Amino acid sequence: MTGLIVLAVYVGIFVGSMMIFTRIGAGIRDYTSLKTVTFGDESAVRPNRAAGIISLLTLFLLWGMFTGSSLIPGFLHAPAPYAGETSFEYTVEANGETDTATVKVLVHKREETPDAPAVEPGEGFAKNDSIIVAQYRSQLVSFDKNDDVKKKDGAKIVAINGQKVQPGDKIEIEGGSVTISQKGTPNFAPENGLQMEPLYLPSPEAVIARTGKVLNEGFRGTSLLGHLGWSLFRVVAGFICGAIVGIPLGYAMGLSNWFRGWFDPIVEFMRPVPPLALIPLVIIWAGIGETGKIILLFLAALWIMAIAARSGVSGVNISKVHAAYSLGASKWQIMRHVIIPNSLPEIFTGARVAMGVCWGTVVAAELVAAEKGAGMMIMVASKFQNTDIVILGIILIGVIGFGIDMLMRGAERIMVPWKGKG
Amino acid sequence: MSGLSIDKLSMRFDLPGGGSVQALKDVSLDLKAGELLSVLGPSGCGKTTLLNIVAGFLAPTEGVMTLNDHVIKGPDAERGMVFQQGALFEWMSVRENVGFGPSMKGMPKNDKAEIVNHLLDVVGLQDFKEKAVYELSGGMQQRVALARCLANDPDVILMDEPLGALDALTREKMQSLVLKLWKETGKTIILITHSVEEALLLGERLIVMAPRPGRIHKEYRLPFAELGVNSDLREVKLHPDFGPKREEILNMIWDMEEEIMGTAEADA
Repeated sequence: MTGLIVLAVYVGIFVGSMMIFTRIGAGIRDYTSLKTVTFGDESAVRPNRAAGIISLLTLFLLWGMFTGSSLIPGFLHAPAPYAGETSFEYTVEANGETDTATVKVLVHKREETPDAPAVEPGEGFAKNDSIIVAQYRSQLVSFDKNDDVKKKDGAKIVAINGQKVQPGDKIEIEGGSVTISQKGTPNFAPENGLQMEPLYLPSPEAVIARTGKVLNEGFRGTSLLGHLGWSLFRVVAGFICGAIVGIPLGYAMGLSNWFRGWFDPIVEFMRPVPPLALIPLVIIWAGIGETGKIILLFLAALWIMAIAARSGVSGVNISKVHAAYSLGASKWQIMRHVIIPNSLPEIFTGARVAMGVCWGTVVAAELVAAEKGAGMMIMVASKFQNTDIVILGIILIGVIGFGIDMLMRGAERIMVPWKGKG
Repeated sequence: MSGLSIDKLSMRFDLPGGGSVQALKDVSLDLKAGELLSVLGPSGCGKTTLLNIVAGFLAPTEGVMTLNDHVIKGPDAERGMVFQQGALFEWMSVRENVGFGPSMKGMPKNDKAEIVNHLLDVVGLQDFKEKAVYELSGGMQQRVALARCLANDPDVILMDEPLGALDALTREKMQSLVLKLWKETGKTIILITHSVEEALLLGERLIVMAPRPGRIHKEYRLPFAELGVNSDLREVKLHPDFGPKREEILNMIWDMEEEIMGTAEADA
């Protein structure tokens, strides 16, 4: 239900802002805007800046709306869970007589532990009760505990707030609902509203506050940056080992029949094996320490780098090699001045892929077993239901993965400006 | 004997499915130092195979080639090659591309810079010295390729349709440049082309090759290259002999193409 409302709000903002913002910018008269055929012309499709910003803001808005965040104005909040005092009356029938008493209900936040409100017992054989209920929970009302006639003596609730009830019936009251259980006891459940329980989705400010706390105090004996740093260190170490072995291997496979024949079956077999499938074996062989992790990431990067280097060598236009020979280059000079530079774009592409795969693999490996690391952080946090740390971890993992890719792209632009220009 | 000598060159490839292709059969040719030879022929007549053998990229199945009395065994700096396109090193600037040969020889920097500068002047690319080659137009790239080849000071320059990918105007300018460089440097040049006009203009000697098996069909000695060195190529084309020669060769190649089509149909 809440999901459908979230979706409806999201689609509403999407369509609404599209209507508004596609009108704005219609005045621009650059070359692309003058194209009459835009549907099907991919080059005419450019990401709309406004859409990008609104998209991100919408995500945060929805997050805030459905967690009752204090960062956004209250009128935008989705209906909050009920809090405060309410009451209902129940009518008991016993020995042919009826009497009515009131139950005072105090609905409090989960983290508070208030006392039950005081009530006068009142007249008649049914006495007034008071209960406290935490939000998102429900509470059975043992109405007969203080009554003169007990349930076992035949006391039976026949009406709630004057409405006749049978066991199994549900009556809506202010701030929640009362259900009569099969055994005849009323059960009060406060209204949950449409907001997410913090256990499932903490509010943005809770995540921010937790970020500050984890930044200051660390998590499980290691600082936040320490966890991320360990993960990054493993990725970089594993990737460098993979590249150091994989690139020469790929070159050898691209330059020698024997190497190609020898390693092709191995590389082609290992390449489609997801690195995650190697985790159990690596743990058996090398344990859960750093060695095992780096071996795993080495294996994740190795095949990708070998294949990238191999296709970099095979991608050399034979005219270039012929030209170099005709210009008097030796084999070594051709390697150094033609084959290696020509293969660099492919190797950079491979490195980008390998870094991405390594980052995913390290987080997964840390989920399985680790003392430190981003994956370990979210795994342990989830076991203690620290959803805010889980979300914080996921966001940081995403940001770092994105950062790695951006860095690799930047390096590619600087190091191999000739990419795709041959 | 100084110059390039090709004696009874034959080339046969085995096909993967069995059988073989006779790409060249008994091709003999003597080229004196400083001669400009253009090679014409229908597609599949073995022009490029011949050039690759002379360059040393392929070993002939029979026959011997000598350059200045030593046998050609593989690629060497004495035989420079200009390719149709795509053979420049895009990771190097124009200057580095032109200086590639001297660098490989380990020539001192100053000498190299002098050669490169001179050649960039000759081909008119001094202003583009530090540009990346992929920033240049097709015609400029081929001028870089020419300069790169000349920087190495080869005895023979082999050109495999070097102007094939250029537009008509650029092509004409490049043809003049090739003639000018030929005259100035006195290099032996073998030029493969698809264009009959280009073969006539840029061939002191011209051979027409025939296919199946690839062989020399007819050889001409032509005056147009000499004429073109000192005058506009469009004037050369108005020479009374130019038109008839062009028609004669066109018809010859046309007949060969028809013959190929005919046998292909008969095979089918």
